[in-house]
Amino acid sequence: MSEFTSDSEIVGATALSENQYLTFRLADEAYGVDILKVEEIRGWEPVREIPNTPDFIKGVLNLRGVVVPIIDLRARFGMEQVEYHAKTVVIVLSIEAGEEQHVMGIIADAVSEVLDVDQDSIKKAPNLGAVVNTRYIKGMVMSENMVMLLDADKLLNPEEFSLIGEIG
Amino acid sequence: MTIDMEQFHQVFFEESFEGLDVMETGLLNLSPGTADMEEINTIFRAAHSIKGGSGTFGFMDVSAFTHVMETLLDEMRDGRRQVEQRGVNVLLGSVDCLREMLAAIQSGADVDADSVNQHQKELEVELNGGDGGAANEPEEVAVEQAEQPVVSSVKPGWHIIFCPHAHLMKTGNDPVRMFRELEELGNLIVEADFRGLPEIQDIDPEECHLSWDIRLEGEIERQEIDEVFDWVEDDCDMTIISFADEAGKSTTTVVEKAVSIESATEKPDEPPSTKAASQAAPKPATAAKQPNKKPAAKPASASIRVDTAKIDSLINMVGELVITQSMLSSLGDNFDMTRLDLLQSGLSQLESHTRELQQSAMGIRMMPISFVFSRFPRLVHDLSSKMGKQIELKLSGENTEVDKTVIELISDPLVHLVRNSLDHGVEMPDERVAAGKPALGTVHLNAFHRGGNIVIEVTDDGNGLDGDKLFNKAVEKGVIEADAILTEKEKFDLIFAAGFSTAEVVSDVSGRGVGMDVVRKNIEALGGHVEIRSKLGKGSTFAIYLPLTLAILDGQSVAVGDETYIVPLGSIIESFNLRSEMISHVAGRGETFRLRDEYLPILRMQKLFGVESSGTEDSSDGLLVVVEGQGTRCGLLVDDLLGQQQVVIKSLETNYRNIEGISAATILGDGSVGLILDIPGLLRLAKR
Repeated sequence: MSEFTSDSEIVGATALSENQYLTFRLADEAYGVDILKVEEIRGWEPVREIPNTPDFIKGVLNLRGVVVPIIDLRARFGMEQVEYHAKTVVIVLSIEAGEEQHVMGIIADAVSEVLDVDQDSIKKAPNLGAVVNTRYIKGMVMSENMVMLLDADKLLNPEEFSLIGEIG
Repeated sequence: MTIDMEQFHQVFFEESFEGLDVMETGLLNLSPGTADMEEINTIFRAAHSIKGGSGTFGFMDVSAFTHVMETLLDEMRDGRRQVEQRGVNVLLGSVDCLREMLAAIQSGADVDADSVNQHQKELEVELNGGDGGAANEPEEVAVEQAEQPVVSSVKPGWHIIFCPHAHLMKTGNDPVRMFRELEELGNLIVEADFRGLPEIQDIDPEECHLSWDIRLEGEIERQEIDEVFDWVEDDCDMTIISFADEAGKSTTTVVEKAVSIESATEKPDEPPSTKAASQAAPKPATAAKQPNKKPAAKPASASIRVDTAKIDSLINMVGELVITQSMLSSLGDNFDMTRLDLLQSGLSQLESHTRELQQSAMGIRMMPISFVFSRFPRLVHDLSSKMGKQIELKLSGENTEVDKTVIELISDPLVHLVRNSLDHGVEMPDERVAAGKPALGTVHLNAFHRGGNIVIEVTDDGNGLDGDKLFNKAVEKGVIEADAILTEKEKFDLIFAAGFSTAEVVSDVSGRGVGMDVVRKNIEALGGHVEIRSKLGKGSTFAIYLPLTLAILDGQSVAVGDETYIVPLGSIIESFNLRSEMISHVAGRGETFRLRDEYLPILRMQKLFGVESSGTEDSSDGLLVVVEGQGTRCGLLVDDLLGQQQVVIKSLETNYRNIEGISAATILGDGSVGLILDIPGLLRLAKR
């Protein structure tokens, strides 16, 4: 636990307000997703491309008989593309969009660690105007570096994809 | 000891709904005036089993309601009552009411008490109006008086104080059951006495701690009451006293008024509490503690009835498969090239067995279309009399089998089409006669297999569609431009446009312009399409084409650049090598080719899907696959045909969303994902 939590250590607050986040890297940046949403982590393997979809949708993968779409987060965030390599991972997430449950994979450069995060230590993402869309960012925490906590449900909502697809 | 009755509820509901269908069909077949004994017996038996079942499971309001119906039917059966249209209609209404009651109980919702009461009244009026009404007076009284809480003691009847010993339940006797028997005798008011109840921590749920103060009203012989308590005489303290005697002495028994268990006073709109009471009654202590226990409104678990022959064949196939598997594994133990032939024959055996197994497994999900058709006689009966039309419904091909999912999803669109035919298709009798047609119109429902499809046709001999009228209407509604040039078929298809209705008067049957577009949308969602054939003045046919199953598809794999796609085999008409001289350009861009006597557009799959290719862009070495989707044809230009295989359909929407041009995904033999092309979607995509 970092020094940021020291002022918020109120009785009984610790167990309830603490969440675990799986952190991963994209380029030099650290991101985190709620670990309860993570189904599994697997190595990158080629996927079947889906025609006429936004760039960041890499394709679909057979995950034990379930067809799972794979999202490239670098492309999603408009970051520079890299070749996938041995360390590239696919984090399979189970997300909720409205009433429905979807299973989706996100491609990350590497997974880092599981981080215990005190709810109170999560800082609001600064408003960066139109340059960076912070809708999908739940907040930020400091561990060794700054970690951006993603709201997987919003980020991977298929409805949002169509919006992006139409704009882009 | 109690058996958890709830595990049988699902079966009870299913049987009851089936029984209701039987009753409905039977009632519709009854022709007024003549009493077909066989038919009435069938209806009576169905009603009787519903009554019996609901009584057993403690759905007393259902049981009471059915009892009245049964009485009416019984009179018809005995010939004491004429079969009249009015009576049949009342019974039909009651069948509906009963169905609603059961559905409400099944889903844990509240029963619509008003509607139940109203139907019950109608039944009673019908009963009393008839000749045999007098015979049923006692029951009538019971039902009527059930709603009045207090009864004066001058009436004939018996006052029973029933104090069972603690071990009563262990002798296999159940007070609730006895109360039900008493209830048959007359109007029953039961009050439970809780004073014997120990503290919650001391309660033994298998012991009976309650005693009851029972008032039974009606002209009843003492002997009849004694019969009910025959088995428990030695296990209880009991005093039975008639109201008349009681009036002499003054009873000082003060009973703590709490709950009345299982009497007709249970309001029909409280199924959960009825249920809780009946369920918990053998354990009175717990019943008192949680009288409001509500069953969770869980989604009904779906189940189907399967012909045992189908299961037998499935088991057979599994046996064969096991044999083949053991043969192959023994072959693999010490394999050398000399036994290659054996391996190959073993593999081909495995293949054929797998296919048969798959077919048997699919067969289990197949149900005859009569499940859907059976509701139409009623619909036509009701609507035609409401609209003052004379319509005869013909059914054929009811035994055509189709996947259960398709059955469930097709019934609503089909109802809409039939209603449409009744409302807009068949004319009023005088119009028909004026047009030289018989006054009796016909609506024909037909189902048959064609290729990998099931075709359901709704044909009427009514007025037919007027293409020009549709066209003008569509222009007026702004659906199309006034200068649009449409073929006859395209004009007919206009009725599927959203917000389109040609009915001059909006009736409650159809004509609001919502619906036909929904019909088409639903059918397309099932992977099917609708075709209209119509002749003005002669009638029209709506043909629904549906895939037999939604789970498996025969596919042709095609190579497009570096990707592989699957084209549904059923939609492929032919394929051939496309040479560049066969292509003609339209307006310099659109490419078409001539197939015999028609020009068809060419869709270049590579371009359409933006697939990267290591091959050439030259059209001369492409293969053209001619496909048909929703009545339009086109040629798909692909690089190669790879092979045919059956593929299991996996929805893309489960985890993602619908993609234009792709109907679904599947898992290929190598474990990778394959995409199945959606021909109508491709055509839409190409138009952009």
